[in-house]
Amino acid sequence: MDNLIALLIAAPLLGAAVLLCGGRALDRVGPLVGTVLSGASFVIGAVLFADMLGKGAGDRTMTQHLFAWVPVAGFKADVGFQLDQLSMTFVLLISGVGTLIHIYSIGYMAHDERRRRFFGYLNLFVAAMLLLVLASNYLLLYMGWEGVGLASYLLIGFWQHKPSAATAAKKAFLVNRVGDMGLSIAIMLMFTTFGTFSFGGVFGAAHGATEGKLTAISLMLLLAACGKSAQVPLQSWLGDAMEGPTPVSALIHAATMVTAGVYLITRSADLFNGAPTAQLAVVVVGGVTLLFGAIVGCAKDDIKKSLAGSTMSQIGYMILAAGLGPIGYVFAIMHLVTHGFFKAGLFLGAGSVMHGMNDEVDMRKYGGLRKYMPVTFVTFGLGYLAIIGFPGLSGFFSKDKIVEAAFAKGGTEGWILGAVTLLGAAITAYYMTRMMLMTFFGEERWRNTATASPDAPDVEPAAEERGRHAEPHPHESPSVMTIPMIVLAIGSVGAGAFFGVGDRFLRWLEPVTGHSEGNSPVSAGVVTAATLVLLVVGAGIAYLQYGRRPVPARAPRGSLLTRAARRDLLQDDFNHVVLVRGGEHLTRSLVYVDHTVVDGVVNGTAASFGGLSGRLRKLQNGYARSYALSMFGGTAVIVAATLLMRAV
Amino acid sequence: MSAPAVHSLWTTTAADSIGTIPSPHIEYGQISPVLIVAGAAMVGVLFEAFVPRKARYYAQVILAVLGLAAAFAAVVALAADGYGSASKAHIAAEGAVAVDGPALFLQGTILLTAVVAIFTFAERRLDPAAGSHRVDSFAAQGAAMPGSDAEKAAVRAGFTTTEVFPLSLFAVAGMLVFPAANDLLTLFVALEVLSLPLYLLCALARRKRLISQEAAVKYFLLGAFSSAFLLFGVALLYGYSGSVTYARIAEVVDGTVQNVDPALAGTMGNDALLLIGAALVIMGLLFKVGAVPFHMWTPDVYQGAPTPVTGFMAAATKVAAFGALLRLLYVVLPGLTWDWRPVMWGVAIITMIGGAIVAITQTDIKRLLAYSSIAHAGFILAGVIAASPNGISSVLFYLAAYSFVTVGAFAVVTLVRDAGGEATHLSKWAGLGRRSPLVAAVFAVFLLAFAGIPLTSGFAGKFAVFKAAAAGGAVPLVIIGVISSAIAAFFYIRVIVLMFFSEPRPDGPTVAVPSPLTMVTIGVGVAVVLVFGIAPQYFLDLAGQAGTFAR
Repeated sequence: MDNLIALLIAAPLLGAAVLLCGGRALDRVGPLVGTVLSGASFVIGAVLFADMLGKGAGDRTMTQHLFAWVPVAGFKADVGFQLDQLSMTFVLLISGVGTLIHIYSIGYMAHDERRRRFFGYLNLFVAAMLLLVLASNYLLLYMGWEGVGLASYLLIGFWQHKPSAATAAKKAFLVNRVGDMGLSIAIMLMFTTFGTFSFGGVFGAAHGATEGKLTAISLMLLLAACGKSAQVPLQSWLGDAMEGPTPVSALIHAATMVTAGVYLITRSADLFNGAPTAQLAVVVVGGVTLLFGAIVGCAKDDIKKSLAGSTMSQIGYMILAAGLGPIGYVFAIMHLVTHGFFKAGLFLGAGSVMHGMNDEVDMRKYGGLRKYMPVTFVTFGLGYLAIIGFPGLSGFFSKDKIVEAAFAKGGTEGWILGAVTLLGAAITAYYMTRMMLMTFFGEERWRNTATASPDAPDVEPAAEERGRHAEPHPHESPSVMTIPMIVLAIGSVGAGAFFGVGDRFLRWLEPVTGHSEGNSPVSAGVVTAATLVLLVVGAGIAYLQYGRRPVPARAPRGSLLTRAARRDLLQDDFNHVVLVRGGEHLTRSLVYVDHTVVDGVVNGTAASFGGLSGRLRKLQNGYARSYALSMFGGTAVIVAATLLMRAV
Repeated sequence: MSAPAVHSLWTTTAADSIGTIPSPHIEYGQISPVLIVAGAAMVGVLFEAFVPRKARYYAQVILAVLGLAAAFAAVVALAADGYGSASKAHIAAEGAVAVDGPALFLQGTILLTAVVAIFTFAERRLDPAAGSHRVDSFAAQGAAMPGSDAEKAAVRAGFTTTEVFPLSLFAVAGMLVFPAANDLLTLFVALEVLSLPLYLLCALARRKRLISQEAAVKYFLLGAFSSAFLLFGVALLYGYSGSVTYARIAEVVDGTVQNVDPALAGTMGNDALLLIGAALVIMGLLFKVGAVPFHMWTPDVYQGAPTPVTGFMAAATKVAAFGALLRLLYVVLPGLTWDWRPVMWGVAIITMIGGAIVAITQTDIKRLLAYSSIAHAGFILAGVIAASPNGISSVLFYLAAYSFVTVGAFAVVTLVRDAGGEATHLSKWAGLGRRSPLVAAVFAVFLLAFAGIPLTSGFAGKFAVFKAAAAGGAVPLVIIGVISSAIAAFFYIRVIVLMFFSEPRPDGPTVAVPSPLTMVTIGVGVAVVLVFGIAPQYFLDLAGQAGTFAR
């Protein structure tokens, strides 16, 4: 049974190879091939899962050793896999949600000429992501890490003919470089500290390492997590990544890849547990991003970018939980899974709305869509209720646990973290309600929008743009798209209760991540009650602003904070001023030094050798007598030197 | 004859019967390479006298090539017989020559180099034909004054100087003895035998005869000057040790021989004689290898001599002279290592730096290659200074790798011609890569090998000598060697840039299509660059096995 693990990765990898190398002959069957192979991976995962359930909690870990990858003396890395409860959770999430999104994409990408390639990339992503979570050592994990980065880059820029998409892909790639550098440094540090990369070797030796070393490694891992999971300060790429097709946003930039940072931290629990300073850094990053993303989500009118802010914020919850240590790991992963369901469902819903609205993304041009898209409305609505933590739905169970764990951290830290998570819950309720109201309720603002683009009235819009500005005819999406949305909606509704009631998920994952109960200064009931009150407050404010009053079709100027939030809280401006300008200055000064000092030295050396050459050349005057004199002088010197050597 | 025997021969009284002189025991088989070449040279002289003028060229070329090939076969046979190994190597011909690894290795190298050089001597397609007669690079009639009526008549008649073939064979015979010489007199005789034909050959250019004759005169004068130093050094060493054989001198230096010859009671064992004598002999050899400050003849002679002769000289003479230098330092003077090493350090440093720096401002391709050869002499000296078996084998490898490339490079120079003969001024080589990409590419390969770029023979050779030098404790020397390699790379690559990245001149030279003879020479050069550069191990092993001197 252990030998099936490699097949999990092999199936989508085969799909990627076939689809990307296959050529036009596969254009028609491409989507089907990709979907089937992704589904095959899910089926294998389910079989392994059933097998795992049949074993005792202690010996559920399966391993498979494929071959020695780097067999250098003292530097060994294997291609080997480790499938334990943590990996299993991810495998089912990745292949399950991945397959649903493959199915959805069949409908969503039906009219795209390059859809074979699209499915090839999607399969490549699934394979790389599975490699990431199945690797049994950090070096192989790094390969998967880079693989998902590549797939993300290719898919964000899938519509590369749009300059904005190409730029967004490049931006995502570059920002991720910074994080990847962190991971590679962390791996190097591990090798110098422990002499191995394997999970077993590193975690086994972690107790023996000094706290300084563990802190250094953990901080580098955190940097890696920040890059991949779009956490402050490496968060700037996620909003732009929405340039990719919506299924990509749902799969990669909401449900799976962006949660890789959470996986990395949870997987490296043994390292973080020994480095309290690094854990503090993790909760600070999580807490800041939680609010940061939520505030950005409130201000965006672009439905996908608003959801992207929400994703950032929700991952902030997970990172924060992971930073709490053993009291939070399980809940971080639990929220990760429930979030995978409802956020993927929300994105697919957004995609469905766009599908019916001529790819319009501005929520101010939506309104009253519930009549035209009943299935989308219901599934999106269930996702909405789940994310804000409506009692009984998924988000309620998972988020509530994180809030409790934050308080349970204890001391001032616990109070601050608890307050932040509660505040985040209120803001979440606000921006999600706003999104819901602007999209599905209120007046139908999309009518009479067939006028020329208000932004650039003088410019003749391109054909595509013209189509976009014709009055849309909202309609429900085909069933190939709605069925995945329904399945995800069921997960959004039921997963939380399934996991949370009776601590089922806790018992499942505890053998891997460990768990300890903190001693919370406030009781669980109080926390739940406070969450619900804040939920109502947040949703209520949104209703007063967007439900009672008509929504203006053009965004009002807004307060300073709103304007800043619309610009992603000035993250790009910050990066531009600090990094780009600073980098330019550095480059210019280096060029200056290169021109004056380096070139000066080089040219000066060359010139001085040339001058010396010219002078020495004059000795070669063509007279045999001078040559003879030179020989005589040389001989005299040699004789004298030889005698002198003896005298000395 | 051993030295005491010589001595007693001269000092025996007349009372001894002449009949009691023991006949010298000569191992003819073991010195057969030299005998074959010298014999072929003498037959060549007879050919000059008796073979009709029309047939002489073919007879001489065939004779020369056959003679050299037979001698090479003899060398291979001796090596296969085990004379190259330390166990069987020994001193032959009454102590006059050694038959050992370094001698056989260098003799083989000299013979093969000579074969490809003879091919360039025999090239008759480059110069425009005089009437119906095809002519080579050599003067129609050496004795005719440049520009005289006699010369014009000789050119019209289509005369060629076929004497160059026996002359070069004589030179080769001397070169074969030079690295094998095991006593100082044999060394001197071999030096003269190899030098005198070269002086003549230098004077025999068909074009630019005046500069050719000037080069010959300078070479002769300075060569005679250095021979005098060497001979004086020989006398001083004899005065010190009472012998001219290497082994005997080494023993006296070591102190294993104490008995003083009564006739030399006043001088024997006097260290001043030893040191001055050794310095003078070394100086004579440094002159031949072209080390600074005894290098001044090199550019003038390389430039003036007919280009095939330049290639032959630059390659074969250098091999022979370094062989002699190695034997002298390793066999005669190992006891003086701490005396000669610092001095040789100095010579190696100024040779490497001087050759590389002065080459920067050269504008004539032959002079450029001359300075390049000076710099290379410095690199080889670095290997000599290592004073270890690795030093010996690295020098042997370097010489083998360098010699074929040098002959090949000068062969390319003979191809680039304009109305005045070879176009050697660098400005005329501008844009050659556009007109004749193949020739320019081949020359670029040679230049890269000279510069020591990896995957060429030059890199493997430099790596070997520098490694040996560093292992021998001469790390500063290696650093200076690498720096001067960098300087040298500048002017090699400048020529490549000139050939490939400059606009061709409208009045630029044309590239003559050579006969297969020159093509073989160039082809061998390219093959050596690539084989020694990419798979040097076989040859390194060969040189390593040949790295022990017989004593």
